Amino acid sequence: MTYTTRRAVGLFLTTLTGLAAFLMVGMLALILLDVIANGASHVTWTFLSQPPSDGMMGGGIFPAIVGTAALTLLMTLAVMPVGVLTAVYLHEYASPGSRLAAWVRVAVVNLAGVPSIVFGLFGLGFFILFVGRGMDRVLGYEEMHWAQPGILWASLTLAVLTLPVVIVSTEEALRAVPLDHRTASLALGATQSQTLVRVVLPGALPGILTGAVLAISRGAGEVAPILFTGAAYFLPDLPSHLNSQFMHLGYHTYVLATQSPDVEATRPLLYATVLVLLLLTFALNLVAVIIRTRTRRKAAGAH
Amino acid sequence: MSLQPHTPRAKMESRELTLRYGTKTAINKVSLAILEHRVTALIGPSGCGKSTFLRSLNRMNDLIPGTNHTGHILLDDTDINDRSVDVVDLRRRVGMVFQKSNPFPKSIFENVAYGLRVGGMKDKAELAARVEKSLRGGALWDEVKDRLNESALGLSGGQQQRLCIARAMAVEPEVLLMDEPASALDPIATAKIEELIHELKAQYTIAIVTHNMQQAARVSDRTAFFYMGELVECGATEQIFTNPREKRTEDYVTGKFG
Repeated sequence: MTYTTRRAVGLFLTTLTGLAAFLMVGMLALILLDVIANGASHVTWTFLSQPPSDGMMGGGIFPAIVGTAALTLLMTLAVMPVGVLTAVYLHEYASPGSRLAAWVRVAVVNLAGVPSIVFGLFGLGFFILFVGRGMDRVLGYEEMHWAQPGILWASLTLAVLTLPVVIVSTEEALRAVPLDHRTASLALGATQSQTLVRVVLPGALPGILTGAVLAISRGAGEVAPILFTGAAYFLPDLPSHLNSQFMHLGYHTYVLATQSPDVEATRPLLYATVLVLLLLTFALNLVAVIIRTRTRRKAAGAH
Repeated sequence: MSLQPHTPRAKMESRELTLRYGTKTAINKVSLAILEHRVTALIGPSGCGKSTFLRSLNRMNDLIPGTNHTGHILLDDTDINDRSVDVVDLRRRVGMVFQKSNPFPKSIFENVAYGLRVGGMKDKAELAARVEKSLRGGALWDEVKDRLNESALGLSGGQQQRLCIARAMAVEPEVLLMDEPASALDPIATAKIEELIHELKAQYTIAIVTHNMQQAARVSDRTAFFYMGELVECGATEQIFTNPREKRTEDYVTGKFG
């Protein structure tokens, strides 16, 4: 190859990679600009604080905001302990050749590849029809109490969906804790569990919180898993019990986009709802990122 | 080196210790006594088993999967691999300082207090007193007394290693194992560590692995020469360096190989 062709190939590749990166940023910018331009003017205090009215063509989205936040919170409470404990088992307690650990890892990878609508059906079948019915029978409810869609079942379904994210990132975080710190702790006469609690987990905390960030942003936007397990089409009341149904921003977006009698009239509402959903997800991410940065700085020892 | 009026008793002793990683023999039938209140230097070329031997004295090798051993290691005449011996208890009696300084990403105070806290000490005044005592013992107190709550990672390499020594001493072990504690340090920091070892031997029994022949000659009372997993020779440091019994020892200490 001559010098000129080599230069041309180099230039071509630089341009190509640059374009690809630009395309990605451009798409995000396009989505955001479109949503902001069409939705921002409609996001008013009334919109944020009122339930929908006039057959979805007026009012606001307050119950959906609360529902989404409550759902995500419950999901996080459910997924973090299970995910972190699983990762701790896999990385700290299972022996390297453990067959059980190998099976768990295969299960985690496969769980991550299951389509989200399947999780929805699983939630309906397992949590509501199996666990819920069983609870009703055992607790002596004559009518359906737990054996119906509700926020608890929806959040547990989402927790199963986000479990692989938490397990994988926690295991990654545990792997990043230097072996030196473990041996130092053990050499000072700490037990394995003391080493885990006092050295390993604090060292892995930033990475564990990264897992939480990923799980939250994944879980907050998923609609398919909650379709059959708890999301309500229209419900002006806020969820008050663990078996209450709830409105959800993602599902509400779907409803507004497909079920409205007057598409033109609902369009501003739709845009505004999407904007709020995006902002909520970004805000949740931001909170987690801030917590993570703080702990990481603390772990690294701010000078 | 000082003249010993009488031979002190063996604080730790290995008898016919053989240790394998899987099928590879790392140390072969080593019988060696670590004398009380003396500094024993373990020397030898890389891969000769000296570090493995040191790590078996507080059972750090237990952490490496696939190790197995035959023979015995005694601490005050008790076999440390005996079922009745709690490994946590053993490691509190036989402390260890590693080649690479490895302070926790915690404050200077918390680093030194770590071994005490995991041992169950809660009283704040007692903790503070022990931390100060250990840092003084580690010849670090004057340098850090005004910044005990700052991160240990802000210390220099030499200070970090002295912190690790202070941290190991805080638990008040009877034996201190040091695995090339100065190999990553500059000459001035090394000199401080060596000075420290000199002071520590009044209270502790010390075993130190070193690559540095001069260091072994400077700090130790007794020297054991390892080669290819075997203990070639062990004796008073002066004798090993000036009048070794074995040809291989002589070749090594005079720098013919290594």
